[in-house]
Amino acid sequence: MKLFLFFHFFGFGILVYFLVPQKSKAQSITNGSLIYNDFCYRCHGVNGVGRDNLIPPLKSSDYLLKNISLSIAGLKYGLKGEIIVNGKVYNGYMAYQGLDNEEIADVMNYILNQWGNNYEGFIDASQVEKIPKSIFEK
Amino acid sequence: MKKKIIHIVSLIILQFGCAQDNPPFIEDPLEINYSYEVIVDGIEVPWGMAFINKNELLVTEQSGTLYYVKNGQKKEVTGLPPVYFRGQGGLLDVAIHPNFSENKIIYMTLGADTEGDKKGGNTSLYSAVLNNTDLSNVSLLYKATPNTKTAQHWGSRIVFDEKGHVYFGIGDRGERETNPQDITKDGGKIYRLNLDGSIPNDNPFVGKSGAKTAIFSYGHRNPQGMIFHPKTGQIWEHEHGPRGGDEINIIKKGVNYGWPEITYGINYSGTIITNKTSAPNMAQPIYYWVPSIAPSGMAFSTSNIYEDWKDNLFVGSLKFQYLERLVIKNKKFVKREKILDNIGRVRDVAEGPDGYLYVAVEGKGILKIMPK
Repeated sequence: MKLFLFFHFFGFGILVYFLVPQKSKAQSITNGSLIYNDFCYRCHGVNGVGRDNLIPPLKSSDYLLKNISLSIAGLKYGLKGEIIVNGKVYNGYMAYQGLDNEEIADVMNYILNQWGNNYEGFIDASQVEKIPKSIFEK
Repeated sequence: MKKKIIHIVSLIILQFGCAQDNPPFIEDPLEINYSYEVIVDGIEVPWGMAFINKNELLVTEQSGTLYYVKNGQKKEVTGLPPVYFRGQGGLLDVAIHPNFSENKIIYMTLGADTEGDKKGGNTSLYSAVLNNTDLSNVSLLYKATPNTKTAQHWGSRIVFDEKGHVYFGIGDRGERETNPQDITKDGGKIYRLNLDGSIPNDNPFVGKSGAKTAIFSYGHRNPQGMIFHPKTGQIWEHEHGPRGGDEINIIKKGVNYGWPEITYGINYSGTIITNKTSAPNMAQPIYYWVPSIAPSGMAFSTSNIYEDWKDNLFVGSLKFQYLERLVIKNKKFVKREKILDNIGRVRDVAEGPDGYLYVAVEGKGILKIMPK
């Protein structure tokens, strides 16, 4: 009986997993590229290299790749003040763009896996949802 | 001999490389004879501002807050219509009615989804009556269609002429092949209304079948600077080009300014949009920027407060993060200079009733430029 119940719920779980549409990483990256090429490329560049001393790069950016939660917070609340990217100091201001959590997740997945950047994980809307503004104070 | 050839070849290459840049080239001032003080802080993206008098002004925060500021103290204005904030949209410009001292009417441009169709938003013009820090009689005077979720090109500045008209611009909303050249569609246009929002009988496309009759001029990309010229009474506008080709235009009734049929710019990716920089029946800019500075906000200095700055034009640069001073002599742009270099993204500039220049800077607030 126990075995029956176990398989019953296990089977149900598998069924739910396949019935509820899951967004694939590839789909999220595709959606993220549309967001990037509408909202971000003007400053960060089509190649993600940033510009001069004003706009930090996203390509091979240690700040981005090592501070994923802070980077998400930057998109969710805006990013202000000094940051150091690949040893260079930037002190600009990036405004919040009005993107929702799912769009932020998509564009993060895109920039984390573009221009040679490589991120094993996958960011979804619930992860974005959980990041509070107070993260900047840490 | 070989050396000489290499020398000549490299000169030719250099020539080609620089030929694109449009003079006069930007200069640093020889001497910095000004400073600044922050008069309003705590505003992240101060998109537009309007002076009521020398002590009172209105400032928009793009994400959707309107501030009333008196002697540097800011209060949130209540009663705003819903603001659709996304990308370059949101609460944009604010302006006071030419007869504000009697009727207390203000105008605002903002991203809106008045249809509630959840398909995004488009630029709208509202008027309202300001009672201290509360709005009443909020009226939607114009709403561009259709709604779209694209981040791009909402415009928008508001100006008045002396004949009872209000003008505002709307960008092409990222649909350059669809909107700017079609007078039956919104986007990529400068609009003219009577102060009550009705459409003037002598607007250029009144009576044209299917036309949006509020349109005053067309073929624009993304106008984020517009001003009533204090001396000539003309409407001056500037707009973002793509990569290169930001323009200053004098706005005339019914005129086509050419976007995207003619432009001095190219795509961000470096590909060509068109090889044409001019065409019959399409107006030329009075100045164009190559490379782009990403202009926002525009003002003339008309006072004698700053040495040598009288009658100069001031334009904010989002891209290079300075205020640009442009000297115009005999209708020619003869000098460009960086003011407040590295200050941050300059969103707006205005001459206050006291003759001082005020600059709205992202992440900083409103700055007042003080002569030394």
